[in-house]
Amino acid sequence: MMDRIKHAFGPEVPGLLGFLLLVVMVFGVTAPNFLTAANLGSIAFQLPELGILTLAMLIPIISGGFNLAIIYTANMAGLTLAFVLMQFGGAEAGVGPFLLGTVLALGVGALSGAAMGAVIAYIGAHPILVSLAMMIFLRGLGEFLTKGGDISGFPPYLATLGHGSVIGIPVPLILFGLCALAWHVLLTRTRHGFAARMIGSNLKATAYSGVHAKRTLVLIYTLSGVMCAIAGILMLSRFNSVRVGHGEALLLVTVLACFLGGVDPFGGFGRVVPVVIALVVLQVLSSGLNLLGANQHLSTAVWGLFLVGVMILRWGAGRWKERQRGRS
Amino acid sequence: MRDFLRAYPAEAKLLAVLALLCAFLSIASPQFLTLVNLTSLLNNNAVNLIWAVGLLVVLIAGGIDISFAVGASVVQYLVVSALIGMGGGGWAVGIALAMAFGIGLGLINAALIHGFRIISIVVTISTFNAFFGLLMFFTSGKSIYSLPDWLSRPIYLWELQTEIGWADIRLPVAVMAACLFATWFLIRRTTTGRQLYAFGDNPEGARRAGINIWLMQAIAFGWCGMMAGIAGLMQAHITKEVVPNALIGRELDVLAAVVLGGARLGGGRGSVLGCVLGVALVAVAQNGLNLLGVSPYAFKMVVGIIILAAISTSNIDLATMLAPKRRDRE
Repeated sequence: MMDRIKHAFGPEVPGLLGFLLLVVMVFGVTAPNFLTAANLGSIAFQLPELGILTLAMLIPIISGGFNLAIIYTANMAGLTLAFVLMQFGGAEAGVGPFLLGTVLALGVGALSGAAMGAVIAYIGAHPILVSLAMMIFLRGLGEFLTKGGDISGFPPYLATLGHGSVIGIPVPLILFGLCALAWHVLLTRTRHGFAARMIGSNLKATAYSGVHAKRTLVLIYTLSGVMCAIAGILMLSRFNSVRVGHGEALLLVTVLACFLGGVDPFGGFGRVVPVVIALVVLQVLSSGLNLLGANQHLSTAVWGLFLVGVMILRWGAGRWKERQRGRS
Repeated sequence: MRDFLRAYPAEAKLLAVLALLCAFLSIASPQFLTLVNLTSLLNNNAVNLIWAVGLLVVLIAGGIDISFAVGASVVQYLVVSALIGMGGGGWAVGIALAMAFGIGLGLINAALIHGFRIISIVVTISTFNAFFGLLMFFTSGKSIYSLPDWLSRPIYLWELQTEIGWADIRLPVAVMAACLFATWFLIRRTTTGRQLYAFGDNPEGARRAGINIWLMQAIAFGWCGMMAGIAGLMQAHITKEVVPNALIGRELDVLAAVVLGGARLGGGRGSVLGCVLGVALVAVAQNGLNLLGVSPYAFKMVVGIIILAAISTSNIDLATMLAPKRRDRE
């Protein structure tokens, strides 16, 4: 059973599930309102935003790169949708403009990703640097277009996307589930996902084995951009407003979640399921601390310390295994 | 000349671009090439440059540090609280404390990286979150406005009245110059510096050559932390206040400028000159846009385009373009 889980979802899963159980038990005992429907519901509504952004960060990291522009790509996509809705009457805009805006927003996300991918693949510049420049550019562009203000007043039906539930399951959570499933299938079942992992392990060897590595890289960042756009649209409907810089603080948290989920920082290895569990652990930690009266900042600190702790445990486990192997 | 181009290709290109930009701006805007403008540029970028040379040492040693700007905030807060606690203090005590706290934070990073073999980006992203979260938690986000007198009083080292106002050089510029010199001396004139380059280029090779890698990590991250601490104190001196969340987010801009200046992500390459040029290019571009009357909201966008353009042309090799044609390739 254990082996099958490890094989299907990655060796980190049992450990992370153990952590999750521990955290839930500790907070269940210490925080009186922790195991209530209201609290679990609020976790379910908060998770998807960070979750989808983390998925956008995941694929570039698996390919041995980074995408530091995710937040501002999401903002720009949200802005695109907002502009379209405003053109069609703001709060009175119908479903047609929303669909048009969504398509354009996804297009903007894809375009920004594709541009980064092209520079990374065809010029061979370092992904951190390229995405950093893109981040600075998009932040500037967004601030230029909005003059630093925010756009709000969207049609009421968008609230369903941000706050609604279908048979008791929050709509954002469904959206996140679908995105995560798509990413899982992409990474484990498709040629492209396989190529992405191989590129992360060894770019040159992959190129020499007949994979069009450059095109794959462009596609990786394009997909990452599309995922950012989905996050941007979700953020728009959750806050009923768009502001450039919204979610800024989540950038490094997404990287943290990926590493916590056992993604190799050098690329090549990483799975969706452990990352999703890591996200749940982070969100549960934050919400439990919140119930105990701590603020968001303490959660941020605990997230950081938690990652260090997990890395130290992994290091210890690695050494222990080596010693066992040495004995036998 | 050709030796310079060959040894410092990124720096040479950057210098050419910067020279072109300056030439253009001095024609397009009468205010650009004035002492008032140039000295204010220098005063405004001293803190960034101090950070930049600190980060440079980490990059040369093959690491990356995301936590330094947040670290600077922590140091600011600790130093100023300590100074108020001891009833004043002075510059010597202030700088010594800032350096000590900064080195302490850097050594935490180094210990985690070396002790548990975690790569630097994971460690510094964790400590970034930990430092910032703990700082905001313990201070409740409150700023300190009542700095000791000596710290909030601007110190002019040189001033000159011109037709359009006062041109002056302030204390942070001198501190920056000292930091630049110290870093240059460390990486170019000491054995430790050679070892840092070697370690960044090939850690395993350096280890087998007998270099103490724990020492290398400690020096690199300790140096970066020390510079971050000094920069934090200077920032408090300039703004006359300590705001715990004022510096967060600056780390990525500094990183972009340093890498633009030719430091390689992955280690083994980079120079103080490159740092200066990288920071200068971004600063001059913003200053120029301001003088040309471009909306301030567009600054960042143009800076992003400049960095993207600089990366995209990074394949063009000036040394081979300027070299005399050779018929053979033996």
